[in-house]
Amino acid sequence: MDDANTDVIQGTMDLLILKTLSLQPLHGFGIARRIEQISRGVFKVNPGSLLTALQRLERAGWLDSEWRDTENARRAKFYSLTRTGRKQLDVETADWTRRVAAVGRLLKTES
Amino acid sequence: MSLWRQLSRGLRVLIHRDTADRDTADEVRHYLDQAAAAHRARGLSAGDAERAARLELGGETGVREQVRSYGWENTIETLLGDLRYAGRRLRASPAFTATAVLTLALGVGGTTAIFSAVNPILFEPLPYPQAERLVALTELHRDGTGFPAGGTFGMYREVLQRGRSFDAVAVAKPWQPTLVGSAEPERLDAQRVSEQYFRVLGMSPIVGRDFSASEDRLNGPKVAIISDGLWRRHFASDRAIVGQHVTLNGDPYLIIGVMPPTFENVLAPSAELWSPLQYDMSQGNAWGHHLTTIARLEPGVTVAQAARDFSSLGRAVLQEVRPETYDLLTQFTATSMQADLMRGVRRALLAILGAVILVLVIACVNVTNLLLARGAYRRAEFALRAALGAGHKRIVRQLLTESLLLSALGGIVGIAIAAVGVRALVALSPVGLPRLGAIRVDVSVLLFGLALTTVCGLVFGAWPALQAARSDPQRELQHGSRRTAGGHRGARGALVVAEVALALVLLVGSGLLLRSLQRLFAVSSGFDGAGVLTMQVRVSGHRFDADTTTFRFFNRALEAVRRVPGVIAAALTSQLPLSGDRDEYGVHFEETPTRRAETYGAFRYAVSPGYLETMRIPLRRGRVFDEHDGIDAPRVAVISASLARARFGDTDPIGQRLRIGPPNAPVYSIVGVVGDVRQLSLALNESDAVYVPATQWFFADNAMSLVVRTRGPAASMTPSIRAAVWSVDKDQPVVRVATMDDVLAASASERRFALVLFEAFGLAALVLAAAGIYGVLAGSVAERTREIGVRAALGASRRSIVGLVLRNGLTLTGAGITLGFAAAVVASKAIVAMLFGVSRLDPATYAGVIALLVIVAAIACAVPAMRASRLDPASTLRAD
Repeated sequence: MDDANTDVIQGTMDLLILKTLSLQPLHGFGIARRIEQISRGVFKVNPGSLLTALQRLERAGWLDSEWRDTENARRAKFYSLTRTGRKQLDVETADWTRRVAAVGRLLKTES
Repeated sequence: MSLWRQLSRGLRVLIHRDTADRDTADEVRHYLDQAAAAHRARGLSAGDAERAARLELGGETGVREQVRSYGWENTIETLLGDLRYAGRRLRASPAFTATAVLTLALGVGGTTAIFSAVNPILFEPLPYPQAERLVALTELHRDGTGFPAGGTFGMYREVLQRGRSFDAVAVAKPWQPTLVGSAEPERLDAQRVSEQYFRVLGMSPIVGRDFSASEDRLNGPKVAIISDGLWRRHFASDRAIVGQHVTLNGDPYLIIGVMPPTFENVLAPSAELWSPLQYDMSQGNAWGHHLTTIARLEPGVTVAQAARDFSSLGRAVLQEVRPETYDLLTQFTATSMQADLMRGVRRALLAILGAVILVLVIACVNVTNLLLARGAYRRAEFALRAALGAGHKRIVRQLLTESLLLSALGGIVGIAIAAVGVRALVALSPVGLPRLGAIRVDVSVLLFGLALTTVCGLVFGAWPALQAARSDPQRELQHGSRRTAGGHRGARGALVVAEVALALVLLVGSGLLLRSLQRLFAVSSGFDGAGVLTMQVRVSGHRFDADTTTFRFFNRALEAVRRVPGVIAAALTSQLPLSGDRDEYGVHFEETPTRRAETYGAFRYAVSPGYLETMRIPLRRGRVFDEHDGIDAPRVAVISASLARARFGDTDPIGQRLRIGPPNAPVYSIVGVVGDVRQLSLALNESDAVYVPATQWFFADNAMSLVVRTRGPAASMTPSIRAAVWSVDKDQPVVRVATMDDVLAASASERRFALVLFEAFGLAALVLAAAGIYGVLAGSVAERTREIGVRAALGASRRSIVGLVLRNGLTLTGAGITLGFAAAVVASKAIVAMLFGVSRLDPATYAGVIALLVIVAAIACAVPAMRASRLDPASTLRAD
């Protein structure tokens, strides 16, 4: 497991974030942990990349953010999906499915 | 939506940077806290959890920086940071900044001003649709001076009927009618034009209509088209003016159209009214050269084709008609109208443009020099920054930002200088500079100035930046002291050499022009203009239809002027020397036993008795006119010495007969020969002239120049002399009032214009070069303080130290002079056309300029040399 590649596949970070947030609003670490848990540790998320991606998605209008106070008197920034974000998730999901199917077919014919 | 978010969020970050930074910090902190908490939940101690989280996620600062660097606003922020830093650096050395900005501003401002002035003339197309299809049809005479003669109506008519290359053809001549309306009578600048004039230019009236073919006939209807300016000034922009009559020269003229405000009449910029030519063929001057001919080419026809067409057509007409006013070797040619307009000024303008570009180059060299010196001074600073981890790229970018800021400042000040300079240029501009009205600092010129500054900034920012980036921080820090000589001195020396060379080129140019002007004014004009006042008096209106009325008016006006106290002598002439008047006729000499009949082109002066005496034109043979040579007396003529020599050689011309103009013109007997007078220009030795009494000419000229020799200053007599003319008839316009000295000076205005500019540029170049030499030597003395101290301590005398510095400076100057000398020899070709009576290789000019440069360089060297000699060896050595 130590040598396994745990980087998020290039270009899928947006999809992973959007999907994660479609269930419920979360803060940055929450998103990262959810991705790691659901992927069963296949993906480890780099916080710098994640937070930058969150800014980008927010500016694109797919996410909204809100500061909430947390239990230990710190502020946390919670992200939620906007309506256009939801549409974007559908678009990206369809796109991803199509590609995975294509790659799968290719691999099958090879063997 | 998302673009809007991009902009608004970015702006919010820019404006509330602190809040944004705190938000980022909080978010990252929270992330790490949560990560640590997750580790604790798996049973790690607080400290271990914190460490594990950090290990896993990287340092907090790193994450924060990564998040913070997202967004377009950060690029701007970095730039602003660089700019702020550059601004601080420039403020910290105000002397350097002021010198660099002013040097640049002068270079850019000067170039922009000159470019503004020459752009509409040399580079912009004429302000007409498909201006490239406009041509001037010109005729060059065999003995011509290169100045084309005017066109003739006869040739125009032939081109109109037979020319195949032309879409439209037109002729025009100047006209100065007096407009009488509700207000004061006003003399207008106007043109009589053939029917297709506006069609040739591709313009049409914005109100009303263009001329029709039926209106351009002898005794056709009196109609006029007016300019937008006249429409506003005189008729309050009233559209109803079309269809109404105005009174011009006593006749009612129907206004049929108003030209648009955008219409620029390049052939006669001051003309405000146009009326059909309605040419009178019966007067026998259909083949007289006094019209301007222009044409619009058929689509697809080139200027060269049109020139061939016009040439063969012209030759055919000469064969068939054999008009006496034409020389059989006349060349007919078509040139683009733009080339024709700038014919007289093109070379001068290009030379001036070249000169100002040299000034700009010198300015850039000087600023590069300043930046290099500064770069050397700041090596330790760069070395320190490099040692602290600033990459080469970062340092280069910082230096480039600094020089771009410098050039932007220079550009802004330069544009202000350009705005002032353009006004000065227009005020200074020579008589006959075309398209003067179009000269302004326009957008394209502004962009030119800005592009220039930017390129300058990049060019002279690059060198010091590269030098600084190449340097090895280790060594620099060790040597940290500015007392060691740097390797860049070679580069700076090369720049000084270039500056001196360029300055020499400019100074040689201005020297040659100065000597030309001196030579020119040393040429004898052939008359004595000192203390002579001149003004042009015109008659207009039907009262003067009969020639006798005109003669009577001029005669009475002249008598009135002669009675004015302070007037020594006064006379009238149909054309005034050096005033721009050009009135040439074919002078036909009858056959004699020894020579066949011949025709010479000569200036025709219809004068009152006393003209030759008033102008003090010397009598060589025979007699001048007197009161007896009146309207009914035998016709007599006086010819110039050059014409007498050309026709009669050494034999006596007195009593010989000649005819002037058309074949049916009367015959005159030669009664006298007078000295030659320069009519067109002091530089042109074209003096064939014939003088006749005005009353014996076959028509009455309606504009005569009054020449008045006065006691005391001529200009102060203007009011009383004008009053004397108006005492005879208060309605006749008096124009072109000037002393003969002014006329003389104005005749050389193009050369003077070029000279003034070259002198200004030469001076600027000299100052900049001196500043460059001073800067390099002062810098080198400062750098070599320690070395000089050691030399002094070892017993070098003050003299030898002064010699050391002087030798250094004069070596650079000498190299610059050698290089500049070679460059000037080549570059002076560009101004050959403007030189007069002096070779472009004139040794005296070159020697004078070199001496001047050596003296100035020596002065620039002296100050640092003295400073070096006064260095105290003890204190310089202690300082280390």
